[in-house]
Amino acid sequence: MTNHWRDIKNTDLILINGANPAEAHPVGFQWFLKAKLDPSRGPGSGGGARIVHADPRFTRTSAMADIYARIRTGTDVAYFGGLINYVLQNDLTHKDYVENYTNASFVVKDTYSFKDGLFSGYDPTTRKYDVAKWGYETGSDGFAKRDINHPRSVLNLMKTHYSRYTPEMVSRITGIPQDQFMRIAQLVGEMGRPDKVMTIVYAVGLTHHTTGGELIRSGAVLQLLLGNMGRPGGGMNAERGHANIQGNTDHAISWEILPGYMQIPAPERKSIDDYVAKQAPKKSDPRSWNFFGTNYKKFTVSLLKGWYGDAATKDNDFAFHWIPKPAKNSSWMSIYDQALKGKMQGLMLSGMTATSIGPDSNRVMQALANLKWLVVMDALPTTSSEFWRRPGADPNAIQTEVFMVPTTHWIEKDGSFVNSGRWSQWKEQVLPPSGSSRHDHWILADLFQRIKKLYQQQGGKFPDPIMALTFKYADPSKPTLDEIAQEVNGFDLTTGKRMAKFADLKDDGTTTAGDWIYTGSYPDSGNLMKRRDGIQDPLKNDPTGMGFYPNWAWSWPLNRRVMYNRASADLDGKPWDATRPGIKWNGEKWVGDVPDYPASGPTADPKSKTSWLPFIMTGEGVGRLFSSSMADGPFPEHYEPMESPVQNPLHPSQSEDPVAFLYTGADSGNFKKVKDSFGNATDYPYVATSYRLTEHEHYVTQHVPLLAGLQPHPFVEVPVELARQKGIQTGDRVRVRSKRGKIEVLALVTPRLAPSLIDGKQIFTIGIPIHWGFVGVSAEQDPTKGANWLANALTPFVGDANAYTPEFKAFLVNIEKI
Amino acid sequence: MARTVGFFTDVSLCIGCKACEVACKEWNQLPDNPVQFRDSYDNTGQLDHRNFRHVRFLESATSNPDKPVAWTMMSDVCKHCANASCLEVCPTNAIIRTEFDTVFIQQDVCNGCRNCISACPYSVIGFDSQSGTAKKCTFCYDRLQNNMTPACAQACPTQSIKFGDLAEMRQVAADRVTALHSQGQTQARIYGDKEYGGLHAFFLLNDKPEAYGLPSTESAVLPSRNNAAGYLGVLVTAVVAAIGGLIAFRRRGEAGPERPPHATDEPGSRTVP
Repeated sequence: MTNHWRDIKNTDLILINGANPAEAHPVGFQWFLKAKLDPSRGPGSGGGARIVHADPRFTRTSAMADIYARIRTGTDVAYFGGLINYVLQNDLTHKDYVENYTNASFVVKDTYSFKDGLFSGYDPTTRKYDVAKWGYETGSDGFAKRDINHPRSVLNLMKTHYSRYTPEMVSRITGIPQDQFMRIAQLVGEMGRPDKVMTIVYAVGLTHHTTGGELIRSGAVLQLLLGNMGRPGGGMNAERGHANIQGNTDHAISWEILPGYMQIPAPERKSIDDYVAKQAPKKSDPRSWNFFGTNYKKFTVSLLKGWYGDAATKDNDFAFHWIPKPAKNSSWMSIYDQALKGKMQGLMLSGMTATSIGPDSNRVMQALANLKWLVVMDALPTTSSEFWRRPGADPNAIQTEVFMVPTTHWIEKDGSFVNSGRWSQWKEQVLPPSGSSRHDHWILADLFQRIKKLYQQQGGKFPDPIMALTFKYADPSKPTLDEIAQEVNGFDLTTGKRMAKFADLKDDGTTTAGDWIYTGSYPDSGNLMKRRDGIQDPLKNDPTGMGFYPNWAWSWPLNRRVMYNRASADLDGKPWDATRPGIKWNGEKWVGDVPDYPASGPTADPKSKTSWLPFIMTGEGVGRLFSSSMADGPFPEHYEPMESPVQNPLHPSQSEDPVAFLYTGADSGNFKKVKDSFGNATDYPYVATSYRLTEHEHYVTQHVPLLAGLQPHPFVEVPVELARQKGIQTGDRVRVRSKRGKIEVLALVTPRLAPSLIDGKQIFTIGIPIHWGFVGVSAEQDPTKGANWLANALTPFVGDANAYTPEFKAFLVNIEKI
Repeated sequence: MARTVGFFTDVSLCIGCKACEVACKEWNQLPDNPVQFRDSYDNTGQLDHRNFRHVRFLESATSNPDKPVAWTMMSDVCKHCANASCLEVCPTNAIIRTEFDTVFIQQDVCNGCRNCISACPYSVIGFDSQSGTAKKCTFCYDRLQNNMTPACAQACPTQSIKFGDLAEMRQVAADRVTALHSQGQTQARIYGDKEYGGLHAFFLLNDKPEAYGLPSTESAVLPSRNNAAGYLGVLVTAVVAAIGGLIAFRRRGEAGPERPPHATDEPGSRTVP
């Protein structure tokens, strides 16, 4: 989230897309209801904030919304694009904000173009764009030219681009009736006023698409046009799954980044300087601070010093050559793709069950069976630990040796959880570990010591990164999470003290930072993640009254509660809305939230000619309505899901995302063959989407009888009209097939799903909750033992062009009564 | 310590998360429900000896284009009536009114006659064949005695279930109705001001009580004692109850049914083994 949960109470209008907070985040949902109950909020004369829920399914969130719009899955770019067009055509943008705080006035090079669904620079053989074609026109000083009236200004290009997203076109693509879309547009159109503010809330309903990155970006672009980024009650807010998915990405449990969202170095990078020059953001305006780009080297060196200690020296470029530099996509799906190709010996799974969570479960299980060994580290049996003896499998035919290593559950250890609002909150151990279970990090530490010993005894290829890795824990086989938290925060190696802020990190090897965005979470004064100054005393603990509670836990970066908050104030430093201040200039310094800006001095003073532009993390210094850092286009464009019931009404010749990531497996490079392997609307006429329910947490609660009783049996939700055609009633067993697999579960017939009119065709959506498999209470008690219960047996093995996220949320199926 | 407490359950804030059901079961150590599919979102089915809170899901199509489905969730519970039928018909005085003005079944006094089960107009009581006693919401009597909030209200993430002194709860509810009316939700109303002498667990509804399967305000009264017909009714009930009690007493040794005989499935719901 750019903002945080409690902040939602500050808003006037809540757009929810690709999310179901009432079910997935019931505790966070209290803030939606508080906004709704507050008579001082809302469009028009007020009377409570409004909630607009756009979703293919009418959910428990829709039940609490003011407007429910039935949108076809994966078409949110068309929805947001339509809203962008509406505010541009009707002159409803926040003009001061757009002119000064976005790149609306930047002039784009004439090599940029868009025609028939393709941006310039496309190479069909590699399925990639040359993004350099989408750069800014630069002046003699090397900076981008700015002229908002130029025909190729971002604003003018944008107006042209989105002029195609008329209400009629939005309706053809999304299925939302035009009159309803206009009612939503009118509410949204009010939110460009400085005294109004809107928030957009999304979750994996946007990310789980081949166009996931652009789906989110289209919402962010709308928020920039309305001047809602950086403001309390505004922002682009991702609801994160589980308790700690935010911490997961922050600490780079993802192949393409280093801790703190620095890019993984490309294979050709031979030095830190080369890496920073090629991969850090570049300053494109004289008044841009470019804070990230400017400090990239400091963060990199401090990370390397944290990892390699004394072995990282100026002379060896701080051991930069020891960082892995993956030559190709190494994301989640590629692991199993590689296993299928026979290129992997073994796999260790920790904190997740590959068999259930990945797309195309049958392919994943094939991949697991292709390994020599599999280690499952988990507190409870999972579908991965049991895949070799699943119903219908012949254990003798599976040669993979499977090790189950019992781990502690999170309730059996201390440590931090980072919530959606970026708050890192320390928790205590509640129960002692049961049986012989060990913490995941103890297992890894023990394993590391043993591997290191083997290298010592036997030598081996490339031992340096292992032999030199710092491991300064009191007990190297049992590091405490407190020690690790200090290491993440980082040290001043000269004084031995812990760092207080990342601005003090250095590129000369005298500081460390395990993850620069967490520098400051554990300064010398102690673990700030343990702070609990909350609603016991709101007057003292929330002095601004905006719900920041600065001494409750700690939020990255620097305990800032709303990111980009310089944009919450006007050019003079006054809040756009005095009743909802983020930060304000008091004549000497910025006060309120922790400023996302220098706190004082000539680069901070709004009256100073040398004050920085507001978005300090971008090279431009402003928010990007147009961006060359996306793989599939500088403006979000609607593309159909890889499996779709219709051709793209905008450009039928280029229906799906031209750079969606295809896994060609053994047919290396044969994109056509892979594309042909997807299902078509003749054989699989119904759209399907997968999702979670309140009553379960992914797959783990299958072991909790109390929760299994609340949602005891896998089911699919079927629209009444389709059920009537097929003779299906609630409680009937049905078979749902996709091109990849099938599930055999019960039907729930409901008016909450209904047909949509898409480009003149009646289209049905079938809803598929994901929680069941062949492990757990429900499976044990069922005669089939949970055979054909894995929802992901249906989902396609294809990735988003930018993040390689699988398309769990849009695919084609057929359904029949058994 | 003695005080009159109340539950105010605001249907307009319920998101159907069932945290109340789970918290109640955990605190009161109630047995798990059998793993069976009813209609998927409500697999609890009813209030009984295993379930002291039950989130009902009421779903119907509407003609409002911006809200094509009316999907109401309501966390149902024992109403702790001021004029409690169950208490009136209990032959052993197992059912008492506590110092918190709540209605409580003393498990060590209950003889399992099931009169209360038949008498309860809201079908909240269930028969536990293991213990041979009738069970229902205790208003977390043990927590009240320790000055704690009942488990369901404590767990409710949206404050749809509010707990406090009854008079204060009634005021909160009245203010909430006023606010909803001013926002155009004119159907909002309180259920439980008058019914059965006033319900100590009362509700804010968005529709007629009948839409939620609750008896209408007019019919939610105990027979009056000044009314001859009413007296007769009470007498007949008492005689039937006494006979019923005797029969039940004689049958105590036999295995009881899993569920109270009156507790049929909700219309439209199905049980699939």
